[in-house]
Amino acid sequence: MSRLSVRKTYKLYIGGAFPRSESGRSYPVTSAKGDFLANASLASRKDARDAVVAARKAFAGWSGATPYNRGQILYRVAEMLEGRRAQFADELGGGKRAALERVDAAIDRLVWYAGWSDKIAALHGAANPVAGPYFNLSTPEPTGVVAIVAPADPLLGLVSVVAPVIVTGNTCVVVASEPAPLPAITLAEVLATSDLPGGVVNILTGRQAELAPWLSAHMDVNGLDLTGVADPDLALSCEQAAAENLKRVARPVEEDWSADPGIGRMTRFLETKTVWHPIGV
Amino acid sequence: MAIFEYAPAPESRDVVDLRSSYGLFVNGEFVEGSGKPFKTVNPATEETLAEVATATSDDVDRAVQAARKAFGVWSALPGSERAKYLFRIARIIQERARELAVLESLDNGKPIRESRDFDLPQVAAHFFYYAGWADKLEYAGFGMKPLGVAGQVIPWNFPLLMLAWKVAPALACGNTVVLKPAETTPLTALLFADICRQAELPPGVVNIVTGAGETGAAVVAHPDVDKVAFTGSTEVGRIIARTVAGTGKKLTLELGGKAANIVFEDAAIDQAVEGIVNGIFFNQGHVCCAGSRLLVQESIQDELLAALKRRVATLRVGDPLDKNTDVGAVNSAEQLAKIRRLSELGESEGAERWSPACELPERGFWFPPTLFTGVAQSHTIAREEVFGPVLSVLTFRTPAEAVEKANNTPYGLSAGVWTEKGSRILWMAERLRAGVVWANTFNKFDPASPFGGYKESGFGREGGLHGLEAYLDV
Amino acid sequence: MTTSLADVASSDAALRAFLHGLPGVDRVGADQRAAMLGTRSIKTTAKAQAIDLAISMVDLTTLEGADTAGKVRAICAKAVRPGGGAPSVAAVCVYPDLVAVAAEALAGTPIKIASVATAFPSGRSTLDVKVAETERAVADGAHEIDMVIDRGAFLSGRYKKVYDEITAVKAACGDAHLKVILETGELATYDNVRRASWLAMLAGADFIKTSTGKVSPAATPPVTLIMLEAVRDFRSTTGRQVGVKPAGGIRTTKDAIKNLVLVNETAGDDWLTPEWFRLGASSLLNDLLMQREKLATGRYAGPDYFTLD
Repeated sequence: MSRLSVRKTYKLYIGGAFPRSESGRSYPVTSAKGDFLANASLASRKDARDAVVAARKAFAGWSGATPYNRGQILYRVAEMLEGRRAQFADELGGGKRAALERVDAAIDRLVWYAGWSDKIAALHGAANPVAGPYFNLSTPEPTGVVAIVAPADPLLGLVSVVAPVIVTGNTCVVVASEPAPLPAITLAEVLATSDLPGGVVNILTGRQAELAPWLSAHMDVNGLDLTGVADPDLALSCEQAAAENLKRVARPVEEDWSADPGIGRMTRFLETKTVWHPIGV
Repeated sequence: MAIFEYAPAPESRDVVDLRSSYGLFVNGEFVEGSGKPFKTVNPATEETLAEVATATSDDVDRAVQAARKAFGVWSALPGSERAKYLFRIARIIQERARELAVLESLDNGKPIRESRDFDLPQVAAHFFYYAGWADKLEYAGFGMKPLGVAGQVIPWNFPLLMLAWKVAPALACGNTVVLKPAETTPLTALLFADICRQAELPPGVVNIVTGAGETGAAVVAHPDVDKVAFTGSTEVGRIIARTVAGTGKKLTLELGGKAANIVFEDAAIDQAVEGIVNGIFFNQGHVCCAGSRLLVQESIQDELLAALKRRVATLRVGDPLDKNTDVGAVNSAEQLAKIRRLSELGESEGAERWSPACELPERGFWFPPTLFTGVAQSHTIAREEVFGPVLSVLTFRTPAEAVEKANNTPYGLSAGVWTEKGSRILWMAERLRAGVVWANTFNKFDPASPFGGYKESGFGREGGLHGLEAYLDV
Repeated sequence: MTTSLADVASSDAALRAFLHGLPGVDRVGADQRAAMLGTRSIKTTAKAQAIDLAISMVDLTTLEGADTAGKVRAICAKAVRPGGGAPSVAAVCVYPDLVAVAAEALAGTPIKIASVATAFPSGRSTLDVKVAETERAVADGAHEIDMVIDRGAFLSGRYKKVYDEITAVKAACGDAHLKVILETGELATYDNVRRASWLAMLAGADFIKTSTGKVSPAATPPVTLIMLEAVRDFRSTTGRQVGVKPAGGIRTTKDAIKNLVLVNETAGDDWLTPEWFRLGASSLLNDLLMQREKLATGRYAGPDYFTLD
């Protein structure tokens, strides 16, 4: 006799909690073959607003944590993900082997970025030899709250855009892959159990076209990663809206997520702070 | 009458050979502009210095085409050859420093002491610095591929220095440029064009188009421009960011600021006073990173303000060409009107206004050094960039309150901290959301040191290793 | 002096608490301020005025082991009539054993006699000797005593000893004015220059003086700047005005004018008189005279036309 399974309700991930959309809406998510998988929350602009508030609230603590600590937590995320390989592979669907490879790649990517936490400043900072009696040091600092429109690739793509943003101390609001949002919410469960402070990563599921413009125009968002925006008109209007408070914008890009990511995704959302001090007795 | 009066000590204008009219510099030649020429005036006297061509969008197009054509040649040169051109330019700037300094003060209104001792040495140093990078890009970590044609629009506060900040790294990285100087201060850029000719820079590598906002907009919007660099107001920066959206052009913006200059009770008071004065009255306060908000710890408010007023009263306001002038003329009637409007707002909103007794010349655009005390965060003068010699004084009680007030602005360009306690400096520096933090000093610049803002003060860095990133296809 | 400031001299600890509670001095900032004031361009009428003012502020000095009565008489003659119609200088400054010679040479003139004392220049003698030397110099006719502080005591934090020596010498001066030499070249930091200035003023100095002239660096512009700030602040705290005397290394008219600019833009008009500002110098005087001549005639002057004394 087969047992009737207990299904999971896929909710949003905001401020470390899993609320339903305040709008009460959801949308059906199907497999590649068209089979019904689950109803995902259809986030509203108000959910996006709440997510930004949560991200801002988390920023001081997360950016103020030691890089070592951030690296440990990202590594912890990888550990937790490793423990749920099968679940993620299952959720990704398609061939099991290929799915496992994607999950493994996502885990490895997290490990790779985790190690950057206490090294990026050494590469992207500088001791500046100025022509005067001054100590002059430039260090990278996180930009602030970054809104990310995640690419279609539901797990590896997602991890590849989120990890570089948060490892340096930013917090983020992510719009998950619209057609395949479920792994993002399952990833949220991993994040919630990985010592990652609530609000550092906030995940919305729903329509890009509905959420991205609000995030792009939000005056308390400092950076905007449009990687996952496929519609050029939407990307244009988002970038234009982002000009209002001079957000740092990463334009949409087709990327091979299995390739070496380089450090560009980290440095894009870093500010450089230069501190001067006289040298004297 | 003071016991010891300094006699007038004017720098001679003879070193400058002003022409009555100037054209555009396109493809290595001076050419006529198609638009209606405009006059550039000496803001200290309102005397017309010269008539300058206006570049229309057609003229801009010719300049971009020239730059595009030159890009092939220039980017193909070995870095070591590009370096030598830049070294040549740096040397010629040094050789003609006095001429450039006098012209800068004439066109801009800034004191000759500053153009001579600050602007010009910095300009030459900037070219020297980036000349050295041209053949070392492979070690910089941003790749070695130039972007193409850079469209650059610069402000009137440091006309030649902003040109140097834009042109030197662009050329070092193998780009060619179309540069638009500010409408009120085009003359040193046009003299720089002559320096490019003396250096035998290949035609089209540097093109200079003069005009007002429309000319700048044409540069920014030109479809064959690969990179836009702008220094100026946040308002215009926003428009440019919107224009560039969706085009694939790389963009760097260096915009406004409303820097907090934070003085703790244990500060070296005399140097702090100097830093406050230098922070807000340097270059008539026409400085995007000016320390326009003084945050003083309440325990020393009275003592510090007394010292500050005593010091401000010694500032010598007047003829920019007098070697003893500390504060020169406001750059334009328009800017003067803005400073007046915001100052009147400061008074009407309830802040207390103070200026030392000082006689201002009758002609020209002048504004006395001004302090506003009793300013609250909610006052307009504490929030809007005045871009003039106007300081708002606010108070705080604890370090945390100082940080909170300092960061409570959409800008994030610079900040100052004055305390003799080392750990507090670093604690403050860590928390201030600003691209440059001057601790126990203010308004210091160096070609080797990256400069640029957080938040609405723009993005991208100029100067140092970081400055290369803006001009390479990373 | 207010009561609160009188109390600060009760012990080394009290003095340390007070002196170390003074605002710090940032070396780079102070150097830059002094350098900027050094760029002031003083020309034509202002220069003529500055030269005469500087001459009137000179403490014409000879402090050599080889000094003799003849040498002292010569500088006294120069002090009275520097030449070319220039004003006389403020004072001559000599060793204690030559005070009597100077007193005789300058009798009937307004020129003051300053004598270094207190085991100048090192100050390494006992207090009774220093006091006796001071009393003798005053008895021989010195109007002003230039004493040195005990830098060893200062640098080792024995501020009370420095203070007590100054008060003892001040008492020995009677009506003579006391200039306290800080020997800033040995104090190592600008913070110490400020503290030593205040210490000397608290102890009753009428003037604070930079240097003996026997140690390098001597009267650098930033040091003079800091001492001018000290007298300015001391007056606003206590109401008592104290003079400043840079000495050592001031050799050219340009150096002298830079000093006047420092006074003008730091302490202000009240100090721009020989009563409150002096320039300790020897060769400076001839350079001032030569520049004076240049302004008067429009020609550059030659040294053969100015007396070597």
